[in-house]
This record gives sequence, structure tokens and C-alpha cells, in this order.
Amino acid sequence: MEVQLQSWQNMKLAQVPHMLAGHAMPWVLAARRSAFERFAAHCFPTRREEEWKYTDVSIIGRRSSLAPDHIPPDPSSEAKLLAWTLASESLYLMVFVNGHYAPGLSMTDDLPAGVRMASLANILENGADLPESYFDPQHEHTIFAALNNAFATDGMVLDLSPGTVLKAPIYLLYIASGHGVAIYPRNIVVAGEDAQATVIEHYMGTLDAHNFTNAVTQISLSAHAEIEHCKLLQEGPAATHVAGIHAEQASDSHFISHSFALGGRLARNDITAQLLGKSCHCTMNGLYLLNERQHLDHHTRIDHLAPECISREYYRGILDGESHGVFNGKVVVHPGANKTDAHQANHNLLLSRQAEVDTKPQLEIFADDVKCTHGATVGQLDDDSLFYLRSRGIDAELARSVLIYGFTNDIIGRVNMPELRTRIEHLVLERLPQGDQIKELL
Amino acid sequence: MLTIKNLHVSIDDNGNGKEILRGINLNVKAGEVHAIMGPNASGKSTLAQVLAGREGYQVTAGSVRYLGQDLLAMTPEQRACEGIFLAFQYPVEIPGVSNALFLKTALNAMRKQHGLPELDAMDFLSLVRERMKRVGMDEALLSRAVNEGFSGGEKKRNEILQLTVLEPRLAILDETDSGLDIDALKLVADGVNDMRSPERSIVLVTHYQRLLDYIVPDVVHVLSQGCIVKSGDANLARELERHGYSRVETENTAKQVA
Repeated sequence: MEVQLQSWQNMKLAQVPHMLAGHAMPWVLAARRSAFERFAAHCFPTRREEEWKYTDVSIIGRRSSLAPDHIPPDPSSEAKLLAWTLASESLYLMVFVNGHYAPGLSMTDDLPAGVRMASLANILENGADLPESYFDPQHEHTIFAALNNAFATDGMVLDLSPGTVLKAPIYLLYIASGHGVAIYPRNIVVAGEDAQATVIEHYMGTLDAHNFTNAVTQISLSAHAEIEHCKLLQEGPAATHVAGIHAEQASDSHFISHSFALGGRLARNDITAQLLGKSCHCTMNGLYLLNERQHLDHHTRIDHLAPECISREYYRGILDGESHGVFNGKVVVHPGANKTDAHQANHNLLLSRQAEVDTKPQLEIFADDVKCTHGATVGQLDDDSLFYLRSRGIDAELARSVLIYGFTNDIIGRVNMPELRTRIEHLVLERLPQGDQIKELL
Repeated sequence: MLTIKNLHVSIDDNGNGKEILRGINLNVKAGEVHAIMGPNASGKSTLAQVLAGREGYQVTAGSVRYLGQDLLAMTPEQRACEGIFLAFQYPVEIPGVSNALFLKTALNAMRKQHGLPELDAMDFLSLVRERMKRVGMDEALLSRAVNEGFSGGEKKRNEILQLTVLEPRLAILDETDSGLDIDALKLVADGVNDMRSPERSIVLVTHYQRLLDYIVPDVVHVLSQGCIVKSGDANLARELERHGYSRVETENTAKQVA
């Protein structure tokens, strides 16, 4: 590991912050440089660390470069087509190519009053105000977040003033293009009191893109605010992806997180919520569909820090080939968080003998009068159900796809927006044998 | 339509083969309704499952011909596409898959197999609505997951709905009457009677005579310990109701001894 660190220093990684947006602002540069020092001091995590026990990230350490690129290339025609399709729908679209905002592909017109949506790089370059606290080490939930603090190139900054209700969703499309790029998106969402919005983060890459994406999204919810966040991971088969999504909730706020993971060679999502005020609602949903040698790790953590909050977590996985899934969901009920109501469930379907899943729901309770439940299962497709479908003339392969579709529906059905639900349903069906046939029948 | 000859079937019982069916002979002609009656554990459900193609049973001897084909060589879906339908004793719940999607997938799979165009959403819906009315089923059950949270009666009615939508050549009803109250039983019987036709055969597997008051069979068979011990007309069922299965079993044993 040290040898590799040496080689990055040869490439003067420590100098990268001097070239990135905001380098002219002393506090930004200082924050980035100290973040890089923290990363360099710790280096990549190894499997000896409890939080990384099941996920080996050494292939990221073996990359030839970790530095973000400067000039984004032209995205693939497939990616452009998706951007154009999205631009024609009633949503606000920001497209990022290799981590850099591409205004030409985006659609941000007609934002209602009370909404500020901008590119992080633009804000940093213009020296506009941005709370320094967002680059604070205390927000670095993993060592990758320190690297993101150091190298974040661009992303979305969304500011919703109190009472703003954004009906159309915000769609952030991250396109990885070209060989071996390192991409560092950083998104910041600040929702004022009673504000509401839906934010979609969609990561897609081409078949050949050996990209490394290291993303961080910070979401802060004031009292009574409601944010639905949906992440679609559809990176190319050679991509590595590490991301943090971190919410902080004031009283009576409602945070809904969905994580749909379909692509990538190695991916890790750390999703956390801190329930700081009374009577918050927090929902975390996730679905992972893996095959071949994909490795996908979800680490979630919900901290109940105030009384009378409700948290719900529903994760499901379908694993085929030699894939490996990890679910580690921690719920911590801190002292004083009385009348907490927390429920967590993780169900997995193994479709092959070589597929593997490690599931670990964890509850830590330090308060009284709480209602906390959790459960996890690992199983196979049910023979009785398969026979039932086949006895109605449905061939075995289609029957299996119908059952898998049914298994995913529990999670997809929790997405509030119908159009988004349909889009995700189609992405999932595209992965199933004869899925197009089911799509036609729906 | 269906000819079963000397059918022997075993299941695996901790590594040992346990014989459930011990030489079944049965001949069902087109247009006939046969009732197979018998006490618990006589092998009635095994026969129904084997005919539908359930895995886990070993056919150790005998043959089953259906419309001139070797039925036992066919997969469950091939059998269904050729017109065999089993109404399950315990219909399976399929979470996340709506009844509408299930029915549409099944119906179109069969139409495709027969070279017919697939039904579009509108045609499918009007067909299913009409059939639901016929079996007295609430339309709301169409958008619910297959059998999930259905009452016992709703599950059985759902089987009959599938029967009327898929219109098989040979319908096997495995204890469809169990768990039904008298009103539901009448509706189910009406649904089945509507299906009676010179081209279609029906095999009713049941414990009780009750169902046969509403669906009058052409032939009644008594199954006991894996063999058909007696066959007769509808009167046999009434006789069984009066005297119980033990008398027939005793008669049979006496015959064998003699």
C-alpha cells in the first residue's frame, strides 16, 4: 500500500487541489489540502477494518491514477440520447460528464422562486458563499469522503428556501466516459422549513469505462422538510464506485432514500441519517441486482438522537453468477431517544451456487420505551411458486423472471413518483431473461 | 382423452422410495366428468400433481397418454399449453405479481404456443372482467398480488377464474370444494358446470359428496391406498356418503382375499 501511495506522490496528487475549482479561496484550498493529508495518512481501508471486512478495495489502490481529469470528453451517443430524452420530460436536469457540469446537455430553466440550483464548481469559482462546514472532517464518514473533500470537482448545490415545494424532480445524470478516469462528484442539498423536493442521482458508464467514481451527497433537512432521494447505480461493468449519502434531519422532517444498484464491478454505498430533531421520519430502501463477478456493499446507519422518531429500512438483493452482496444496516438509538420506532429488513435471493451475500442488521439501543425490530433472510426461488406458474403454461425461464420481478416490486413500489417507478422497473426488467416480455404485459 | 395404465408413483422418504400410487388405471373420455373420491392419504392429490407435472415424484411403472401423447415426457408448461389445467388444493401466493399480470402472462404464453396473436390490454381486461363476474369475484382482486391476503374462498374462486380464462381441454380440480361455504360452493360449481362441453373433460378430486350434488359426475372412482378400488356412476358417491369409505375398503379387501 505504501508503495502505491508513493507512486501517487510522484504524480503530485497533493498538488491537485491547487488546480481545482475554488483554489483561489484560501479556506477552500486549506480544507482540500488538509483533507488530502488525512487521506494520505490513512490510505485505503483494508479488510482488517470492521467496516470493510467484506469489501476489498485494493483494485482502486492499484489504479494508475486517482487524479480527476481536467477537460471532460464528449460523452457517448448513448449517454447523450438519455440526456436528451430526460431533457424532454418535465424535470430539472443537470448532466455531469466525468464529474464536470455540462450545461449544454442540461435543462434548468423555469425554476420556481425560492430555489437555487447551481454547479458547485461555478459557485466555488465565483467565490460565492458556501458554508465551510460542508468540507468539515466531521462529515467524512469514510476515508473516501476525505479524498472527495480533497478532489471534489463539481456537483449540484440545491438550496430550497422555506416553504418551497418543487413538484418536478431534479435529475442528476453522471456520465462516465473514456478510459480510466477518476470522478469526484459532490452534491449539497439544503432544504428550508417545509420545503419539499425529489432528487435523483443516476450514474451511468459505458462498457469500456474503467472509471473510479467517488461521490458524496450531503442533505440537510430543516423542520417539516421532505426530501426523497433516489440513486440509480448503472455504472459500466469495469467501474469502481464509492459513495456517501448523508442526511441530517431536524424535527418533523421526512427523508426517503432509495438506492437501486444494477451496475459496476465494485461498488460501495454508505448511506446515513442523523435524526436530530423530534418526530422525524426516515425511510431507506434499496435493491441490488448483481451477476457475474459484481461486488456491491451497502452500509447504512440511522442514528436516533431525538425522541419519537420513526425509521424504516427495506433492502432486497438478487444475486446471480459469482456476485457478492453485502448489507450492513446499523440503527443506533441514543440515550434520550425514547419512543423510537425502528424497523429494518433485508431479504436476499440467491440464484446461483457461487453467489454470496453477507447480511448484518445491527441494533444498538441505549434508550427506554423503544420499539425496534429487524430481520434478514437469504433464500432461493420457491419451487411451489415456480410450479404454479409453469402449470399455467408459463415457461420455466419466464416464470423465474416473473418471480424475480415480484420480489423486486416490494422495493420499487416504494418509490413515490410513478414515472420514476416505471423507469426503474424497466431498468430492472432489462436485466431479466425475457424481461421485455414482462414489460409488454405490464 | 386421458388414459392411465398401471401407474405406480413413489416419493422419496428419507432415502427410501415410498409408494403412493400402486397401479392406477383410469380412462377419461372427452366430455366426461369423473370424480375421484377417497379418504385422506389415499393418493388423490399425488395423482393430480403427477398429471400436472410436479417434480419430486418418481413414476416407477405405467404410462399416461393424453390426446395420443406421452404425458409424462412433457414439462408442466407443455402440458398446460396442450390443455391440462390443475386447480390447486392450496393455491400459491406470489408476492409482488398482480393477478392481472399473472393471468395475462399465462393466457398470452398459451396463445403464443398456439400461434394466436397476443391479447392487448383492452381485450384482456374485458375478457377477465366478464369471467370474474361469472365466478362472483371482486374486480379489485385483479390488481392485488396473486392469492396474497386472499381468504380461503377467494383463493379457490381465483383458481376457477383461471380455469374459465384459460379454457383447458382437461381440468383437474384438487379439493376445490374444501374450505368453501355453501354460497361459494354453488358459485364454484356454476363456474365448472358452465365449462362442461363435449370437447372438455373434468376430473374432480374430492373428499365429500357435497360438491357432487352440484356437479353431477358421469363416473365416480374410489381411491384407497393408491389403488382405484371401485368405480361406478353418481350413485356410488351417495352410497359412500351413507356408509363411509371403510365399507368399500372392506369389500375390496374381502374381494382380494377371495
